[in-house]
Amino acid sequence: MTEPAWVRWLLIGVSVAFLGLFLIVPLVAVFSEALRGGVGAYFTSLIDPAALSAIRLTLLVTAIAVPANLAFGLAAAWLIARFDFVGRSVLLTLIDLPFAVSPVISGLIYVLLFGLQGWLGPWLSAHNVQIIFAVPGIVLATVFVTFPYVARELIPLMQEQGSEDEQAALSLGASGWQIFRRVTLPNVKWALLYGVILCNARAMGEFGAVSVVSGHIRGETNTMPLHVEILYNEYNFVAAFAVASLLALLALATLGAKSLVERFSGAGQRGGGAA
Amino acid sequence: MSTHDTIRATTAGLLAAAVAFTSPSLAGGQQKLLNVSYDPTREFYAEFNKAFAEQWKQKTGDAVTVQQSHGGSGKQARSVIDGLEADVVTLALAYDIDAIAAKSGLLPAEWQQRLPNNSSPYTSTIVFLVRKGNPKGTRDWDDLIKPGVEVITPNPKTSGGARWNYLAAWAYVLKRELGDLSKVGNPAFEQETAAAQRRAQEFVAALFQRVPVLDSGARGSTTTFAQRGIGDVFLSWENEAFLAINELGKDKFEIVVPSISILAEPPVALVDKFADKHGTRAAATAYLEFLYSPVGQRLAAKHYFRPSRPEFADAADVKRFVKVELVTIGQVFGGWKEAQRTHFDDGGVFDQIYKPK
Repeated sequence: MTEPAWVRWLLIGVSVAFLGLFLIVPLVAVFSEALRGGVGAYFTSLIDPAALSAIRLTLLVTAIAVPANLAFGLAAAWLIARFDFVGRSVLLTLIDLPFAVSPVISGLIYVLLFGLQGWLGPWLSAHNVQIIFAVPGIVLATVFVTFPYVARELIPLMQEQGSEDEQAALSLGASGWQIFRRVTLPNVKWALLYGVILCNARAMGEFGAVSVVSGHIRGETNTMPLHVEILYNEYNFVAAFAVASLLALLALATLGAKSLVERFSGAGQRGGGAA
Repeated sequence: MSTHDTIRATTAGLLAAAVAFTSPSLAGGQQKLLNVSYDPTREFYAEFNKAFAEQWKQKTGDAVTVQQSHGGSGKQARSVIDGLEADVVTLALAYDIDAIAAKSGLLPAEWQQRLPNNSSPYTSTIVFLVRKGNPKGTRDWDDLIKPGVEVITPNPKTSGGARWNYLAAWAYVLKRELGDLSKVGNPAFEQETAAAQRRAQEFVAALFQRVPVLDSGARGSTTTFAQRGIGDVFLSWENEAFLAINELGKDKFEIVVPSISILAEPPVALVDKFADKHGTRAAATAYLEFLYSPVGQRLAAKHYFRPSRPEFADAADVKRFVKVELVTIGQVFGGWKEAQRTHFDDGGVFDQIYKPK
């Protein structure tokens, strides 16, 4: 049974209009503003040393935060889905904490902890270790706000799958590492990938928490989102939108990589099944 | 992603983190200064830092780079207190540097006596930025509370410029009521002054009723007024007003100078403990002194700050500053500590009169 044609077209029309208004138009606006001064001005603002440093910093922070959360998320999900232990629900709640608190609060936690007037600040300062207002603080804040993405993707799936496969592997004499590589990981591959992609997108785009711990030192502790704000505040609109467009491109590239990996591993899986 | 790749990626990430931890100390051979400043000085220091680096190279043969951090003055002070390792601070008002001295002991309490003019190499004032043709006919402070006028100012709790705005409005009413500001603090006029203070409080309360958006810093407010088109009158730093006109169009805005305004003295200071930790005391001190030099003064005037030694600035630049009666904070409010305690601390006058809609 199908709906009348006009209902279908109306629903399609509404969805397309909505997508256009909220996704396509802003995306187009970012690129058209960025290219307003011509292609030359666009690239000049991207190779500006401060912009380059912001790009480097964002990539560095993401390169640390994503693998770290991949490991943490996988371990936490495995623990929660496979074992029953005292404090399990507390752990589950803790994983959700970064979703629940405002990113600004996440940043402030680190200021209270590592700031010069904070708990560990005086000791750190005496030993010449700089955490906040430097790269380590930005990494910590990013890891914190992106922490739930991988774990939250994996937990429901692993709970649903149960542990029969693993028990079967165990009874056939597989070692723990073999079970993990041959059974657990392949079972959760797609959810893991999805979690990593979300985590990656958020790590590159995080503003609030990073803003609090960054110190906004130009050319040193500004990530791309912070640099966009600074450029905008300096009336440098072309450069602001150029860097913003680069962020948008990174996001699009992430999506592209996702579908590419999906296609290749899908084909690999079928081939493997046939052999 | 295979597990091997995962392990490799994690290792690479950890190595990168280790490098990031250690690299700042490997910079050697070249000195770095960090100037933590407030919002409207971006363009000025971008140019001044280059001039200083050249002069320092000529004088000592050493290379120096000055890094900048900008934001609302109060917020920036807070960051330095929390460990943002500034060699020098160049903030919007003395109170914020006092707060650094009091809460962290990073510099001595009497920092303001160490450089000429209360450590303010340049001054500024508060003017009105209105839309072209001045459609609401804004001429002076009284016009701001006429029906249908919307006023833009940042939040006095976080922005230095906004505190100057607030105090300038207050001083205007005292002058209007008393005729002569020397009556303030004179026991013979105690009752008259108290009545005038009440009128001033009513006026400022009415003024803040007309503010649709309180941004946290001056530059945010400029964007609200100029880019987003909100409000009729923007209470602005003089240099921000000039800059908005230059950057966003002479055909869009004009400046109105009120009958009386406040002498804003944005001070500068060496942050002793951080400079000594970095071994940059000599360069940082020279940097601040260079602000008072002919080059520093000329650049300040070029970027619309009123130079403390106008004879060093280009005459054409100086001519842009309209002569206006400027009251000082010491004269009317008994200095920043007093003004901060009465007006801006938690539970102070601003908290009592400002009720968000």
